[in-house]
Amino acid sequence: MAFADVDGPLVIFSSDQIEQLHRRFKQLSGDQPTIRKENFNNVPDLELNPIRSKIIRAFFDNRNLRKGPSGLADEINFEDFLTIMSYFRPIDISMDEEQVQLCRKEKLRFLFHMYDSDSDGRITLEEYRNVVEELLSGNPHIEKESARSIADGAMMEAASVCVGQMEPDQVYEGITFEDFLKIWQGIDIETKMHVRFLNMETIALCH
Amino acid sequence: MFFQIFVAFSPWNWLLLLVALKYSDASSDLNFANSTAQQWNGNSNARFAAASTEPGERISVFSLDYDYVQIPYEVTLWILLASLAKIGFHLYHKLPGLMPESCLLIIVGVLVGSIIFGTDHKSPPVMDSSIYFLYLLPPIILEGGYFMPTRPFFENFGSILWWAGLGALINAFGIGFSLYLICQIKAFGLSDVNLLQNLLFGSLISAVDPVAVLAVFEEARVNEPLYMMIFGEALLNDGISVVLYNILIAFTKMHKFEDIEPVDILAGCARFIIVGLGGVFFGIIFGFISAFITRFTQNISAIEPLIVFMFSYLSYLVAETLYLSGILAITACAVTMKKYVEENVSQTSYTTIKYFMKMLSSVSETLIFIFMGVSTVGKNHEWNWAFVCFTLVFCQIWRAISVFTLFYVSNQFRTFPFSIKDQCIIFYSGVRGAGSFSLAFLLPLSLYPRKKMFVTATLVVIYFTVFIQGITIGPLVRYLDVKKTNKKESINEELHIRLMDHLKAGIEDVCGQWSHYQVRDKFKKFDHRYLRKILIRSNQPKSSIVSLYKKLEMKQAVEMVEMGILSSTAFLTPHQAQRIQGTKRLSPEDVESMREILTHNMYQVRQRTLSYNKYSLKLQSSEKQAKEILIRRQNTLRESMRKGHSLPWGKPAGTKNIRYLSFPYSNPQSARRDVRFGEFTGDGSSESGSPSTMFNTHSRTGSLQERWLTQETIPMKSLHKGGKPFNFGYQRSPSQEEHTGRVRRAALRPKPLFHAVNEEYESGEESEEEVSPVGSRWTTEHRNVKEHHKSHSPLLQRK
Repeated sequence: MAFADVDGPLVIFSSDQIEQLHRRFKQLSGDQPTIRKENFNNVPDLELNPIRSKIIRAFFDNRNLRKGPSGLADEINFEDFLTIMSYFRPIDISMDEEQVQLCRKEKLRFLFHMYDSDSDGRITLEEYRNVVEELLSGNPHIEKESARSIADGAMMEAASVCVGQMEPDQVYEGITFEDFLKIWQGIDIETKMHVRFLNMETIALCH
Repeated sequence: MFFQIFVAFSPWNWLLLLVALKYSDASSDLNFANSTAQQWNGNSNARFAAASTEPGERISVFSLDYDYVQIPYEVTLWILLASLAKIGFHLYHKLPGLMPESCLLIIVGVLVGSIIFGTDHKSPPVMDSSIYFLYLLPPIILEGGYFMPTRPFFENFGSILWWAGLGALINAFGIGFSLYLICQIKAFGLSDVNLLQNLLFGSLISAVDPVAVLAVFEEARVNEPLYMMIFGEALLNDGISVVLYNILIAFTKMHKFEDIEPVDILAGCARFIIVGLGGVFFGIIFGFISAFITRFTQNISAIEPLIVFMFSYLSYLVAETLYLSGILAITACAVTMKKYVEENVSQTSYTTIKYFMKMLSSVSETLIFIFMGVSTVGKNHEWNWAFVCFTLVFCQIWRAISVFTLFYVSNQFRTFPFSIKDQCIIFYSGVRGAGSFSLAFLLPLSLYPRKKMFVTATLVVIYFTVFIQGITIGPLVRYLDVKKTNKKESINEELHIRLMDHLKAGIEDVCGQWSHYQVRDKFKKFDHRYLRKILIRSNQPKSSIVSLYKKLEMKQAVEMVEMGILSSTAFLTPHQAQRIQGTKRLSPEDVESMREILTHNMYQVRQRTLSYNKYSLKLQSSEKQAKEILIRRQNTLRESMRKGHSLPWGKPAGTKNIRYLSFPYSNPQSARRDVRFGEFTGDGSSESGSPSTMFNTHSRTGSLQERWLTQETIPMKSLHKGGKPFNFGYQRSPSQEEHTGRVRRAALRPKPLFHAVNEEYESGEESEEEVSPVGSRWTTEHRNVKEHHKSHSPLLQRK
């Protein structure tokens, strides 16, 4: 029994994996049919994650759930849960080139949505700063200023990669998805954005 | 290339050598027993005495005492010779990518060997068992462990351990058994070589030294996991081979083959495990101890390198005392120690440690290779066609078997399996080196009557693999088009990787799964909470993002300095932050002094790049932590504020940012303008960067500057209110040519405009500005400029 998402080639889980995920879903939701944001507080280790809020948000993001161009859902059911999980499926070597490209794009889109919190299709400097601040928030010695400058520097870099030479009057609004793809062009996201357990049936659930 | 080496020998040395050789006894026996040496010494003394013109009692005006200095003298000459060869080697840019440096060292060794052989000179007793294991081997291992890139290593740890450990075992036993079977064939005349001896030979011949090919890999920029496999194998292989070697020697000493019972074999296996793990355990303990001690050495930083080296060496010795694996101990010590020591020691100590380590290991290896060359050209060979050929064949076959089977298995567990191409490369990089040779050379002759044959076979294998495989592996990598790495140092990449890590850890938490990311996460937390507090001097957690950023910044700063954009005096002391009249072009000394100041005052930045080259260190432009920069700048800023001047010049310009901002494409020709460099402040926005505004000549400059002063002090104050400006720098230089020069240079670098919003500065200031504060400075300038020229581009626009 496989769960296939009509939109993309990504989402073929094996029945074992679906079962595992279902068990976990039930745990998180407290045997309810849906999960809300508060349910994520049950995951203790997540507390220490600096980008916790973004991760949780990603689960409810309508764009990730393919339910709409923006906004947050209030609750998600198991199908949605699986949809989110499908973004982390490792790329199968048996897939052909086109599928690999599609997968890659999907994963990058997920990332893009994480950065672009206001759903306007661009990562602005503010959003970027936000991300950097969160990433560095675990580190009490780094001041906000440093985080800002780093974000700014990164944005500069991105601008130079994406747009290259610009007219003096041009203004760089923010990173669009195409630019984002360009930045990641050389880097193998396929090798980085996956969760191991989705590949193996043997690891037991640890609560 | 070799001619220049010969020329480098001063005529005097050469003469001395020849005279000494001529008068010494000829001996071709490479058994360096003391007695023969002494005898030889005595002989030559007598000869010298006889050779002097006056028999007996006169005081000789000129006498020669070569034997007194012989050993150190020749050793020094060898090392120098190898160094000169290396210089020559690197002068031809293409060579290092074509063949491993080991080739070169072997050639030099053969050369020295042929000289020594040709002149019938007895070479000094450089290598015997204790010297090798106590002095020559540890530096090589230490260097390997210290420069290991930890993160990729631990990410691939399972695969590496599986491959290195089992691979060594399979190879050793496989080759041993196969050769034993060959020896059984009466026709080859090898029947006196029993199983144990074959096994021992197998274990020593399977000691691979692929570090030699790592340099070639780096040129070809192969992908990270492949690189780490080879590296990890190099690291662990030595340890495992030596352990196996020792165990088998112990077995051999149990005189009769029939005495060996299964119990002994089991004991051997158990010993293998204990030796390995025990070594690692001791290494880690010593690593922690030395890290702890370096916490207190801030006042006597001169002994920091000493502590590092002595503790590593101590770990090796202690492990050896307990018959544990010293090699694994010293490796573990280096790996553990590095992280904490790097943060504790001063910059100069860090550099010293790095370079000294490279130097020591380089010397050791050179000596071993030269020794190998020396023993090649000599009379103590026993050539047995069957043995040698079959050894070669079996080495390749068994390596292929072990690579393909082990990786087939480990690929099942890896998310990203190694392709067949990768595996071929791994197979082909099985280059033997100094390790095998040493072990073969040190076989006790009493137990191994056919030692010479073993040595010959080893030498053949080494020569074959180093030369043929070493030289062809580069083209092979390129031909197979192995997946390349695309590491580039960019902040974006660093950010994204970091985000990815956390994202993955988060998702895994949500799914309730354990994976090695979680392990790593947990370890990091443990590390931060406990270990760092104990072991690190001033517990400032470093973030790699920040480090990378600062490092890139510094790099840019230095580059800009070199390009003459910053004036030299500005850099040196704050109080000299006066208006600079007629600054001259930066001289190299100025750049040097600037660099020196930078390095002297900053902490270092942890480097995350992968590349490892056994023979040289990466050139570092300057790597320092900008915490210091921050503090300095703030101080100078405050000072200059107090003095009523405008921004201090003495700061590195907004490095990165300068690159990324455009400037009006005003024609440089018409430009007789001041160049101004806005700095990247905390909000980093506007970067003015480059010579966007150019102003006119001196007469104007005066008034302009005043205006600037007033207008700039405002932003300055606001900056102060807003928080500590991160990077700050400013610069003026009235001199004409320099402007035009800079303008031209800057004109070559158009950058995209960056669009920034900065609420912090929106308050007050120039409300009619449309730009953020730093930008506001710019627009004021611009407005001024516009009054004078029709120049363009408000650099920034608010969103």
